Amino acid sequence: MRERVKPVNRWIVRAAQLGLSAAFVAAWELGVRWHAADATKGIDPFFFSEPSQIAATIAGWWEHGYVVRDVLVTMEETVLGLIVGGTIGIVLAVLLASSRWLGAIFVPFLVLFNSLPRVTLIPLFILWFGFTLWSKTVSAVVLVLFVVFFATYDGIKDVDPTLIANVRVLGASRWAVMRHVLIPSALTWIFSSLRSAVGFALIGAVVAEYFGAQAGVGYRIQYSESQLNTSGVFGGLFILMVLVSLINLFLEWLQRRLLVWKPQNAS
Amino acid sequence: MTKTFETGYTALRGVQLEIAPQRFVALVGPSGCGKSTTLALVAGLDAPSGGTVSVRGKPVDGITDSVGFLFQRDALLPWKTVRDNVMLPLQLRGVAGAQARERTADWIDRVGLRGFEGAYPYQLSGGMRKRVALAQTLVYDPEILLMDEPFSALDVQTRNLMEAEVLGLWQGSGKTVMFVTHDLEEAIALADEVVVMTAGPGRVKARYDVPLPRPRDIEQVRFDPRFTELYRAMWDDMRDEVLESYARARQAG
Repeated sequence: MRERVKPVNRWIVRAAQLGLSAAFVAAWELGVRWHAADATKGIDPFFFSEPSQIAATIAGWWEHGYVVRDVLVTMEETVLGLIVGGTIGIVLAVLLASSRWLGAIFVPFLVLFNSLPRVTLIPLFILWFGFTLWSKTVSAVVLVLFVVFFATYDGIKDVDPTLIANVRVLGASRWAVMRHVLIPSALTWIFSSLRSAVGFALIGAVVAEYFGAQAGVGYRIQYSESQLNTSGVFGGLFILMVLVSLINLFLEWLQRRLLVWKPQNAS
Repeated sequence: MTKTFETGYTALRGVQLEIAPQRFVALVGPSGCGKSTTLALVAGLDAPSGGTVSVRGKPVDGITDSVGFLFQRDALLPWKTVRDNVMLPLQLRGVAGAQARERTADWIDRVGLRGFEGAYPYQLSGGMRKRVALAQTLVYDPEILLMDEPFSALDVQTRNLMEAEVLGLWQGSGKTVMFVTHDLEEAIALADEVVVMTAGPGRVKARYDVPLPRPRDIEQVRFDPRFTELYRAMWDDMRDEVLESYARARQAG
């Protein structure tokens, strides 16, 4: 029943993507040059900077060791936020999904908190934890927790009841049902949520840095902004983009390794 | 016993049924007659709303000891390989190490799946998945086998093969089997006794002994004149129930 559709050529797709990116950067750069020749036309670098300037800014940061330091600081906050938020989210979901009582009582609270715009809580965390690693981590945690919680909770609730009935007859205790059926089944959901959770963790960390920090990519962007340095702002954004892409690549790789039993992951 | 669900649907009303040990008993009836519910009650997966269910003289309370259950739907864990699926009940029952590995390998071999130990369920055909499920159920040697239309989703040829396989494995094993099906032919070909149930709420309408000799050839047995005779008698019983179940479904739809 598999349809025989000719797959798109990967190399053509890659070439098109590269070409488009190059054209975009070139147009940007040329727009700025044009503005330099005629101030009423083109792109004003005061507001938009220009690719060559952005590259130069990043290179300058690199020489000072800022890039590595900022990325490490932001990564530390993000990863800590992911680990703490993810763990709390998964444990909470397993607990609330395994008891109808607990679920009925507590899930509405989580829905309530989830509807809160948590970015607005960040100043509060800074007040509580100061300009430390913890104010950033907690900011990431409150964003990650809910994404992972709801994905895991739905994943566990979504399990085919036949699978549970079967392992129960085969001799499974409640814990064994959890371990052999519910958690593996939720894993697919946890993984897809983890991809967006990474984004959220990074948002939490970076925005918290915005509010006050001594280092980190968010701090670098905020600092550049205060200096009216648009190249710095774009440079920071570029670093963030690369960072998220790398993390996503890693997660995809991990997902393929852990979900070999899924048809679409077959080689 | 009686079973009414939370939705208010009564699947079974006043069912009186006793199964002698070591017999192969088939339960037939139109869809919605509570055949599957009966099995779930015997397995302890569900509790009756009224009356009692006893296995080996003991009332069922929680999952019944030493039962195996073959489901109509796929019940293998998709994230475990054939080997891990078959070994799971042993692991859950505290059998470990070399003994568990040996019994697992033996049963994979007996259902004809040697060489597929490392495969995941999605890589197997429907018939092969049923074989894995059979091995998973028999590996811990349950005294009672409950089968809920286990082969209804398979094509006719595969189904006949699986029926023959089940008979071969059951023959002389001393296990008691309750086999639910809506297919009279399958019921007669396999069972020592066929229980016909009424359209829901299910009751026992009639019971038939199947005096066909064993071991049986699943293909040949259908040409036995006694087979045809039984089939006709049962079909007379079933027809009214099927018509009623059909009429009700039409009304509801």
